[in-house]
Amino acid sequence: MDALRPDLEMVADWVGEGERVLDLGCGDGSLLRYLFESRHATGYGLEIDPEGITQSVANGINVIESDLNEGLSDFDDSAFDKVIMTQTLQAVQRPDQLLCEMLRVGQTGIVTFPNFAHYRLRYHIAIRGRMPMSEALSYAWYETPNIHFCTIRDFEVLCNDLGIQILERRVLSHDLKRPPLGGWLPNLFGEIALYRICRA
Amino acid sequence: MSATRPEHSVGWVTPAQADFAESLQLECGRSLSRYTLAYETYGTLNAEATNAILVCHALSGNHHAAGYYSEDKGKPGWWENCIGPGKPLDTNRFFVVCSNNLGGCHGSTGPTSINPDTGESYGADFPMVTVRDWVRTQARLADYLGIQRWAAVAGGSLGGMQAMQWAIDEPDRIGHAIVIAGAAKLSAQNIAFNEVARQAIRSDPAFHEGRYQRNGERPRTGLMLARMLGHITYLSEAAMGEKFGRERRSEADSYGFHYDVEFEVESYLRYQGQSFVDRFDANTYLLMTKALDYFDPASAFDGDLAKALAPVRAPFLVTAFTSDWRFPPSASHEIVRALLDNNKRVNYAEIRANHGHDAFLMPVPRYLEVFSTYMNRVANEVGV
Repeated sequence: MDALRPDLEMVADWVGEGERVLDLGCGDGSLLRYLFESRHATGYGLEIDPEGITQSVANGINVIESDLNEGLSDFDDSAFDKVIMTQTLQAVQRPDQLLCEMLRVGQTGIVTFPNFAHYRLRYHIAIRGRMPMSEALSYAWYETPNIHFCTIRDFEVLCNDLGIQILERRVLSHDLKRPPLGGWLPNLFGEIALYRICRA
Repeated sequence: MSATRPEHSVGWVTPAQADFAESLQLECGRSLSRYTLAYETYGTLNAEATNAILVCHALSGNHHAAGYYSEDKGKPGWWENCIGPGKPLDTNRFFVVCSNNLGGCHGSTGPTSINPDTGESYGADFPMVTVRDWVRTQARLADYLGIQRWAAVAGGSLGGMQAMQWAIDEPDRIGHAIVIAGAAKLSAQNIAFNEVARQAIRSDPAFHEGRYQRNGERPRTGLMLARMLGHITYLSEAAMGEKFGRERRSEADSYGFHYDVEFEVESYLRYQGQSFVDRFDANTYLLMTKALDYFDPASAFDGDLAKALAPVRAPFLVTAFTSDWRFPPSASHEIVRALLDNNKRVNYAEIRANHGHDAFLMPVPRYLEVFSTYMNRVANEVGV
């Protein structure tokens, strides 16, 4: 089994043995493959990128070509133990609606996104006057699929507004390995935010 | 094998026949005391017989799915793009079987065959056959070939319906179901097209209530019209526009003001219709369209497709093509949805292609890539 990206490994830690999982924007399917193999999880990945779909098929998962902007009407209420969305929230048309859909079809949601309030991104805007680019945000502003950036604080305000309970939060530095400065000032020093959420 | 064997092809092939003396009870209530299936095979069956793939053909197809009959005849089998060395159904790894459906007109028992009870050809007396009946005959062919379980059953269009029925009726004998440009049932519009096709055939004065063989005639015009109509629906508007536009056959600037062939598209349709008449039987065409119309596994479960698919054990690969309006992505999606409702394993890809329904026969790169990738999975599973 190939080593998983550290942030995905952290996500995998939140998935229990034999759980039913839905991965929104599953990419090449490596997370699901890992969960199938190491956790004996079952479930599906949804993806829209043709290359990602082919790689997911090669990875032996179940991938369904679908557009997350059209919701999750294919799935019944509470059909999954975990609904996962890694680095995809910022790329959908209505993140708020998709979060609600996630928690309709799943008991627990796992969401990760790049924190737009990270100090280096703030530097790009505040000092250089440019839209930020970084390892986590590698697109120029005019070509980026990421249309709804948010910060850790924004996300938590939205969860509160939507009646979503935050069960756990973790933040990672740009090397995706450790909580920066022991988790101090996460909205400033956290580059990737990971959340475990459920309906309040 | 000839030295001039075409590259990436199974090359020269010869059809085979299997005779079944055991009576076959058909869904329509009638039975056949004996019947023959014509079939072709490509590749080599391994010692454990685990690498066999059944390919099911569509409305106008037959058992000649790949390769060439002779060096003179240029046209390969209908799924040449998908069957052969290095292709999705890789004959270096798989043993691929394709049979002519019962009721067909290319070697399997059908309306043009002699009815042993009367000594005359069946004609209109040939019983109606269904997708389920075909699955039963294909299962007997599997027995005959020593194949307990297919690594996969694959097909496009009506062939995809057979793959689906296989997964429902014989869950232990099918490893994977490959349903390409398929549907769980025909729409009203689809049945309507089939009905126009049937009326074209049946209203041809040469049809003689289906007993045209007795009169030494054939309903050529009716069958030609049916095929022309079908052809229009298998292509997308964009594909037709791209291929023909408003091009005319003559270079003259003005219209001819006559009813002879003038536009390229007319010429194409007439050619397709006429060449079809030479190789297809009208009664078979009628039977095949009825089998399409009747296919609806959900009907026995109050229209609940998920319930119909409950016995399925085979993982599915479902693919649809964006410009296919005869078996549109929404029809494939219905299958996917019902599988999801059952927590069955399924992969779904919606391929961007402008060929319309015929895309499943075409070398669309992404289609071949997804299909190959999936079949690689199947091959690894059975260890070939």
